[in-house]
Amino acid sequence: MNAATHLQLFLFGIYPYICLSVLLLGSLIRFDREPYTWKSDSSQMLRAGQLKFGSNLFHYGILVVVIGHFLGFLTPHWAIDWALDPAQHQLLAMVGGGTAGVVAIIGLSILIYRRLADPRIRRNSRKWDIAVVIMLWLQLLLGLITVPLSAQHMDGAKFELLTAYVKGIVTFQSGVAALLLQVSWVYRLHILLGFTIFLISPFTRMVHIWSGAGALAYLFRPYQLVRTRKRTVRT
Amino acid sequence: MKIRAQIAMVLNLDKCIGCHTCSVTCKNVWTSRKGMEYAWFNNVETKPGVGYPKDWENQERWHGGWVRKPNGRLQPKQGGRLAVLAKIFANPHLPDIDDYYEPFTFDYENLQTAPELPTAPVARPISLVSGRTMDKVEWGPNWEEILGGEFDKRSADYNFEAVQKDIYGQFENTFMMYLPRLCEHCLNPACVASCPSGSIYKREEDGIVLIDQDKCRGWRMCVSGCPYKKIYYNWTSGKAEKCTFCYPRIEAGMPTVCSETCVGRIRYLGVLLYDADGIEQAAAVENPHDLYQSQLDLFLDPNDPQVQRQALADGVPEAWLEAAKQSPVYKMAVEWKIAFPLHPEYRTLPMVWYVPPLSPIQSHANAGAIESKGGLPDVESLRIPVRYLANLLTAGNEVPVTRALKRMLAMRAWFRALQLGDEPDPSLLKDNELDVTTIEAMHRYLAIANYEDRFVIPTAHREEAENAYALRGGCGFSFGNGCDGVDTQSSLFGGRMGRRKIIPIRLLDDH
Repeated sequence: MNAATHLQLFLFGIYPYICLSVLLLGSLIRFDREPYTWKSDSSQMLRAGQLKFGSNLFHYGILVVVIGHFLGFLTPHWAIDWALDPAQHQLLAMVGGGTAGVVAIIGLSILIYRRLADPRIRRNSRKWDIAVVIMLWLQLLLGLITVPLSAQHMDGAKFELLTAYVKGIVTFQSGVAALLLQVSWVYRLHILLGFTIFLISPFTRMVHIWSGAGALAYLFRPYQLVRTRKRTVRT
Repeated sequence: MKIRAQIAMVLNLDKCIGCHTCSVTCKNVWTSRKGMEYAWFNNVETKPGVGYPKDWENQERWHGGWVRKPNGRLQPKQGGRLAVLAKIFANPHLPDIDDYYEPFTFDYENLQTAPELPTAPVARPISLVSGRTMDKVEWGPNWEEILGGEFDKRSADYNFEAVQKDIYGQFENTFMMYLPRLCEHCLNPACVASCPSGSIYKREEDGIVLIDQDKCRGWRMCVSGCPYKKIYYNWTSGKAEKCTFCYPRIEAGMPTVCSETCVGRIRYLGVLLYDADGIEQAAAVENPHDLYQSQLDLFLDPNDPQVQRQALADGVPEAWLEAAKQSPVYKMAVEWKIAFPLHPEYRTLPMVWYVPPLSPIQSHANAGAIESKGGLPDVESLRIPVRYLANLLTAGNEVPVTRALKRMLAMRAWFRALQLGDEPDPSLLKDNELDVTTIEAMHRYLAIANYEDRFVIPTAHREEAENAYALRGGCGFSFGNGCDGVDTQSSLFGGRMGRRKIIPIRLLDDH
């Protein structure tokens, strides 16, 4: 093995596990130890104007993109093959993901402009707040570049390759890193940046994504909540 | 029936002089922190006026409180559960900080560092949000103080509804009142219902509504959900904060800071017993005019043996039952019916009630502008204030407000006669369905207002909440993170103790 394959193995075979471990453990520890810091950190109150537009576009767009990634890459073959062949699947991902990605990047561009240009927001931004939005913007851009790239081979073969890689990672199969040698650097960079975003998430406001999922519990709870101070059981 | 107890408040607006002592002491204790400079858990508004934040009473704009659906069920005005979640990314009904005011400080340093100039140096305002110099301070927490500003702007006051435009022109010279406002600690709080993370809750023991700061995720739906705009988003911490009703003091049997420091002695705190099972029904009556009465019907008579038995069975402590019997709030709200909820039409069943002010009516009468009946100003002939007060306190129902004003006038007339050595007119009692005992009690509570009568607060039963023995030596003098139960010395991040520097104690001789 030469240095290049070593690097390939590390970046796509080992680094993902480091990132996912930090994401899970980091989130858990922060949730447990520093619950006060766990929040969405909204700046809407300081200036609503552009946010109303940008935030909705970005969040709804990115939700479709992220859920699309999860469903597209992790749905087992037997659950999807009866409905779509790989080429159709690829087309769906390109059109659906592409549209949502465009919506999200427009929204995020508005949000970045607002964060940097509005003196109120700029002054009340942490370094990580700015770093995160820029990372997300680059990631969206990379993701969108893959759409015309994929259009060059519509047979679904490359798509299958990427799916096999992601499934291989989540099912702990060794050797999947080598699969990526066959795809363009754009995909590889997209994957790398994606895992890096996982890596930094526990240390940024990104943790509010977990709570966004948790907020779904709101749909099923009664409106009124009453807490008692009485100890229930204690000896 | 499930009986619960709540510490409720009454404010006697008749005696409020608008001095803002309550606001200032509250701010010093609770909100003089970064991100909360703009927030006043307690504020005093001069009415008529648009208030703080601007136009807060206009729920067509802010979508606070509840609406009754055609099927008779209640739903937050900002939407059902799914609609609330869908607005989470950008809350369309959230006030901007400019709707409160842009918090500022002054460039005091310039006063000391300015070079010698032909003119005196000035301290220009600096925004605490952007850090930039502000050309002009546009608005503040009390911009309309003593009817400041043009009447045109103040007349956007929402309570002018159904008061004819041409009539309220004369308001400018005749009518002014103060309205101190704080969290209402509602029985049917819309903020609790709006919180996607379930971080806001009502305490079973004393009814205080609090936000769990560790559970709040800053979704901001409570800010728009509360029709009184008494939840504030801390733009530095990213958490929602609200009036705590000074619960550490209440638990110890002490009045809230705003009540304790009120120089006009207008605030009262006491226990109310209510039927928790009836809340939903009471808040959902069809006609908003009936909301005042339906909330009143929720309150239970602490002297009724059956209520006492049930309350004890439901876990209300003995001392709280005793306090409920002495409760000034119960007397004013339920027995004498001179206190009213603020904007019951929001259907949150607020628990901070108000005795309407007489002063605008009395001063009007003294000026000979309205007729007197039997030595009393004829309240009904003064349509404007009554309608205005009814819009504020009873969802527009003028009957209970008129009754209360007349009772208070009767009390004044009765004691004026006594002071002057005259025989009070018995019709004062008969016309207002009062008796001598009641009118004397009203005088004692409203005019004399002794500390012990104003504040009847039973202490919390802390022994039920905590194991006091386990607390012994547990927190306070500890090593670093000691209070959270982790021993820093053995944790992942702990270091070696190192050599301790011991300061020797030298014993000296007496001389």
